[in-house]
Amino acid sequence: MHPAFSVIFLTTLIGAAQGMFMALVTGQVYSMANLLEPQDSVSFYAAGSLIALLLLGGGLVAAVFHLGKPSYFITRAWRGVTQWRTSWLSRELIALPAFMFLVFLYGGVHYMGWTDALFTIKGVIPVDLSLIIGTLGVLMAITLFISTAMIYASLRFLQEWHSPLTVVNFILFGLASGFTLTAAFSAWTGVDLVDFYGTWAVVFTIMAFVSRFWSMLRNERIKHKSDMRSALGIRHTKITQRSMGFMGGSFNTKEYFHGKSAAFVEAVRLFFLVMVFAVPVALLAAGNALESRYLPVLAFLAQYIGLLAERWYFFAEAKHPQNLYYQTVG
Amino acid sequence: MTQLALVIDLNVCVGCHACVTSCKEWNTSGWAGPMVDQRPYDADPTGTFFNRVQTFEVGEYPNTETVHFPKSCLHCEEPPCVPVCPTGASYKRKDNGVVLVDYDKCIGCKYCSWACPYGVRELDEMQKVMKKCTLCIDRITDESKPESERKPACVLACPTSARLFGDVHDPDSEVSVAIRERGGYQLMPEWGTQPANHYLPRRKTRIQIFDDELERVDNPLDKEHPLPAASGETLDDVTF
Repeated sequence: MHPAFSVIFLTTLIGAAQGMFMALVTGQVYSMANLLEPQDSVSFYAAGSLIALLLLGGGLVAAVFHLGKPSYFITRAWRGVTQWRTSWLSRELIALPAFMFLVFLYGGVHYMGWTDALFTIKGVIPVDLSLIIGTLGVLMAITLFISTAMIYASLRFLQEWHSPLTVVNFILFGLASGFTLTAAFSAWTGVDLVDFYGTWAVVFTIMAFVSRFWSMLRNERIKHKSDMRSALGIRHTKITQRSMGFMGGSFNTKEYFHGKSAAFVEAVRLFFLVMVFAVPVALLAAGNALESRYLPVLAFLAQYIGLLAERWYFFAEAKHPQNLYYQTVG
Repeated sequence: MTQLALVIDLNVCVGCHACVTSCKEWNTSGWAGPMVDQRPYDADPTGTFFNRVQTFEVGEYPNTETVHFPKSCLHCEEPPCVPVCPTGASYKRKDNGVVLVDYDKCIGCKYCSWACPYGVRELDEMQKVMKKCTLCIDRITDESKPESERKPACVLACPTSARLFGDVHDPDSEVSVAIRERGGYQLMPEWGTQPANHYLPRRKTRIQIFDDELERVDNPLDKEHPLPAASGETLDDVTF
């Protein structure tokens, strides 16, 4: 498939935002259980929510450029919420604004300081407005992860994508980059949660490595169901295309081919393997040892750039069966 | 229920591209148009087409066969492109099974084209909406036309009658009979899309003759092999 930069930015930006929001709520729950120091509502939770919201907004802008014309966002995109019964893309188009709204509410509640307990469960767990909204937000983040990944995983003849590993990868990459970002945010603002978030970021990064490596192994051994025989319905082992019917380009020759050499694709893979997994883990460890403000920030930037390459590779490695019909210009 | 479809006879198609040009001619100015060409006379031309004829070589020289292969939307009975559409722009008509795109609802996200294993949907470069073969829906449903002209442009243009058009759900229609009696098949059956369009395979007519059938055993001119004895017992004498 041809990697679309709009979708690459959309999925990586909102993934990091979802991970960061889940990290913030995790921190709040831990501090309620007295496992972590409670943090300031405004400078930590509200500011963190704002960062997540900015990333989500960036993702939304990227998504607008995936439309045929950006103006369709205003005139037609609202129709995208109508087909949620059958379309994962429609479900994503519902989950994304819903999640943005919940992140906005969560940050807003913290900013306004409406964090007095509304009631307590069994006399020990104080439940305030932010916890309720945070829990709903985490559920919506998971819904959004699943919807985004299922857009790809549900296409059964794109066999490289048609796997539960696609969903697992999207969730783990989002969590890894989100927790790294929250560690970077904590380090930058001098909050004493760098070790907590950094540790979880490393755990999620390692888990993401395992599942991504697994999916790459799977995709290398994949046996494609369609071949020239089934594409043309002619029972012969040797079928060669002599003409695709036109000399110029078409949608078919552009949309489904990445157009890069095998060496380039392999280089992208090596690049993302280093940048997504090795570099952030090393930088987070070094940041922990040196108590640096900057190294966790660098870790996030490196991982994000790596994730852009990972998503590029994700598209490039998927082979669409329509390509069987477009092998030779003629 | 009606399911309109094309049946394409690969045994007859000569690869003349008349269906390609007539399709573009009819549809670019019709309901489904325009089908815009970009940079048609420059280095990197591109454009929207609903129908293409491709050419394949089967076998290895000298035992090869050239197959011309017209390719357009197959109007699947289980179209994978329809349920994935987020806006409902992509739909399958209930009354005749034709898969269409409502250009006014399409946001050009291209997801339906990813979901089609056959690659028959194209994003129009100018209008930025998804376009595809409509089976000339504005022609086949136009009751002001005589019955004989209520057919897709490609079918009317084909000089060798390689393209048949009709209702594949009616067992007695021309297309159903052709599929049934001439080995009609579907493309990529492994995905369960149930394409309505069918293809008829290449066919060879051979008569089977063995060498001994070419030579008369009791040839009176053959001196080397004498005729069976004219006297003595015949088969009738020894069998009952």
